[in-house]
Amino acid sequence: MGLSPTATGSSPAIAQAPKGILDPSTGKPVGANDPFFLEVNHELSDKGFFVAAADDLITWARTGSLMWMTFGLACCAVEMMQVSMPRYDVERFGFAPRASPRQSDVMIVAGTLTNKMAPALRKVYDQMPEPRYVISMGSCANGGGYYHYSYSVVRGCDRIVPIDIYVPGCPPTAEALLYGVLLLQKKIRRIGTIER
Amino acid sequence: MDDGKLDALGQTIVSALGGAASAHAVAFNQLTITVDAGKIVDVMKHLRDDPALRFVNITDVTAVDYPGREKRFDVVYHLLSPTLNERIRVRAEADENTQVPSIIDVFPGADWFEREAYDLYGVIFTGHPDMRRLLTDYGFDGHPLRKDFPLTGFVEVRYDDQEKRVLYEPVRLNQEFRKFDFLSPWEGADYPLPGDEKAEPKA
Repeated sequence: MGLSPTATGSSPAIAQAPKGILDPSTGKPVGANDPFFLEVNHELSDKGFFVAAADDLITWARTGSLMWMTFGLACCAVEMMQVSMPRYDVERFGFAPRASPRQSDVMIVAGTLTNKMAPALRKVYDQMPEPRYVISMGSCANGGGYYHYSYSVVRGCDRIVPIDIYVPGCPPTAEALLYGVLLLQKKIRRIGTIER
Repeated sequence: MDDGKLDALGQTIVSALGGAASAHAVAFNQLTITVDAGKIVDVMKHLRDDPALRFVNITDVTAVDYPGREKRFDVVYHLLSPTLNERIRVRAEADENTQVPSIIDVFPGADWFEREAYDLYGVIFTGHPDMRRLLTDYGFDGHPLRKDFPLTGFVEVRYDDQEKRVLYEPVRLNQEFRKFDFLSPWEGADYPLPGDEKAEPKA
């Protein structure tokens, strides 16, 4: 085993400390001479503050604290759970599960939306405070998917609620959903406003 | 249990039930008895209470639709006897108007199974205390697992921004449902591409 003493030396093998990626031209870690960070760094060490637009600050804060309403309807919900588990861990992006619609910002519609469930979905969406976003996850939520011609399935949950991000797949991998979350953050950064 | 023993068991049950059961059959190592729908409660009581049988577990109650028959439905009951380590299928013919007595007094577990069979096939069970639809939407029209039920149903839903609620509308499909035969091109399916027929050598 790796930790038992080896034949060559009597001391146990210990993993080396991580070194990070060094830029060969400077010999310093990558990004150490990035002009933007140097400028921010100088400004902070020089004056102790820096100036930014208020809506930039607010959208930045919003992207970093998105609480998501879990709306798991079918097998996609398992991938949605997966994305909040330690391997992908959306909470490092401030994307935390919240079981109450009144305290959440994003709803992930994960799975087949049936006719019977549609009024309930809309009710949950209506209970969410502004600004609110919806991620449609999987083929069934995007457009009915496998059940498109069924007598009981809504042909896309955008017939019920407005959608911001569509994540394709059946079911989408946790990675795909994570990418959708990052795209939503990008969308908020780009078009987010403080006006209602 | 091998087929011979199953056959003997079926014979014993049918003769013990008297007029209530009409036939028994063994197929794929499974025993089926055909009974009169009106006497299903007596049949179930006998199967459950007879010390030689003890079919005490209700596994399933469902229905099958044969639209070509005069009595179009088969109401199917599946039972398990842990004592015999044996399963049995009880079949009763019914149509849309046959009043099948509910077996909820014999097996309380049949409650939702009967509601489901009513919901999806429209089999009427009498004596059930709560005969509502189980799975389909509130106010749903029709019984979706009947063979003559249209695949896409009759209504679809949409949120209306003016009325601020979810509306039901008649189904409108942008593209009709297409049936794919899934025949592999190596096994006989012939799909000539447009223009390809000219390249075909004249035989």
